[in-house]
Amino acid sequence: MAHAAFFIVAALAIGSALGLILRKNAIHGALFLIVNLGAIAALYLMLGAEFLAAAQVIVYAGAIMVLFVFAIMVLIPGKEESGPDPRRGARLLAVPVGALLCLLLVFVVAGQWSGPRGPGAPSGSVAAVGRLLFTSYLFPFELTSVLLLAAMVGVLLLAKRRA
Amino acid sequence: MMTELGIAFGRVAFMMFFVLNVAALLGWVERKQSAIMQDRIGANRAAIFGVRALGLFHPLADTLKMLTKEDFRPARADRLLFELAPFVSVFFALVAFASIPFGDTLHVAGRSVPLQAVTLNVGILYVFAMLSLGVYGVMMAGWSSANNFALLGGQRAAALMISAEIAIGASIMGVIMIHGSLNLMEIVRGQGQLLWGWLPAWGILTQPLAFVLFVTAGIAATKRIPFDMPEGESEIIGYFVEYSGMKFGMFLMTDMVETIVLAGLSTSLFLGGWQIPYLVADGFRFPWGAVIALPPLVVTVLQVGAFMTKVAVVIFVLMLIRWTLPRFRYDQAMRLGWLGLFPLSIANIVLTGLVLIAWGHR
Repeated sequence: MAHAAFFIVAALAIGSALGLILRKNAIHGALFLIVNLGAIAALYLMLGAEFLAAAQVIVYAGAIMVLFVFAIMVLIPGKEESGPDPRRGARLLAVPVGALLCLLLVFVVAGQWSGPRGPGAPSGSVAAVGRLLFTSYLFPFELTSVLLLAAMVGVLLLAKRRA
Repeated sequence: MMTELGIAFGRVAFMMFFVLNVAALLGWVERKQSAIMQDRIGANRAAIFGVRALGLFHPLADTLKMLTKEDFRPARADRLLFELAPFVSVFFALVAFASIPFGDTLHVAGRSVPLQAVTLNVGILYVFAMLSLGVYGVMMAGWSSANNFALLGGQRAAALMISAEIAIGASIMGVIMIHGSLNLMEIVRGQGQLLWGWLPAWGILTQPLAFVLFVTAGIAATKRIPFDMPEGESEIIGYFVEYSGMKFGMFLMTDMVETIVLAGLSTSLFLGGWQIPYLVADGFRFPWGAVIALPPLVVTVLQVGAFMTKVAVVIFVLMLIRWTLPRFRYDQAMRLGWLGLFPLSIANIVLTGLVLIAWGHR
């Protein structure tokens, strides 16, 4: 049962990822990315990480992707990309690099694969995540907030200069 | 195994039955309530064998009308997304209700059945996740219609949704801080406690500012008047301008279902959910010492009834607001979200934290 669900969701994740890079229509690609994020959230849920799954859907699928789709709708409404590919060289380079990444992943996963975890997995509750964030991972956590602040100041600067 | 499946099915079926039927009924409530508020008679012509029943057959007549209308699709529309959009919209609205509890855990024949469709430790986040995904139906509808007015409507919906969502998330933080849980069942149970031995610790009393902020942002998230600029059916044109028949009906239904979800969530977070003051598992225990013993099943029925009554009252108030206020202009709604609701929500979090420390909470 758990295995079947895992393979269905995994197939959905891979299929939507392929849809994202193969569709010429930007909106379709963005919608495929949303399906992909949802499938990843479902995988988190199967691993017992309920909070991570909910956060993934709210933050990525619910907020960031709304902005993405919004931007695409404003900038390129309804047009498909056509004509010669301006970055053909870079795209050909992607094939060997992608193959290398795939090989690496296979090696890493093959060493540790143990199948979908059962109910005995460590807790992914909000309390557990919060405790880890504010004890063992406090420094990277605070560093992230500085990074976000820098990004925000940068955006404000750009917006002010335009106006 | 079969009993377990049956119970699970029953929980989901009850929730769906409740939400779908109330949604259909809301069409009637909306018309009749506006009619009373504006001193009109309201829709009362639909009749079966001469029985009019205060126009109660109008939702039925509307549905039949929409189902039999021409299902039109613009020639240049993106076929798949155009067909998919109303389904996406209504799907996420319907599943959002799943983790809202409509009663306490029921103990029958050695089993304990929590009276909510799905028990989730992050229940409240789940509801928000589903509500925030619902906006894709609207955006897809606006984009795929190949109509610039519809596209603008979809964009207004996206912008409104983002500004409302942040305020919603920040406004409920206070409630979560008080109860220390994201599980809606736990939050409702926590509101059964009594302050100073007599005052029920309902969210509206412990978090009054958050309640106002939450309901305001919630109305914006459900795109209802006074925040209905994505639709703006009376003068600006909205995202569903190209839709007809039942697909248009599904967008209307989404609005109704989202209203019910908002009412259910406000009830669970701020109005004590299924709690009745002084009603505990074995009957009423009043603070002045009186006790009325009740069998567990009666208590459960009372609690479910209390939840539904509260939801109905909240919906009534939401409809009052809908028929009282004129629509905000787009920039006014944005300013309210970012410069009004959001900073106040943050202030509420800080205030709640200070009070909790002073109170010696944990």
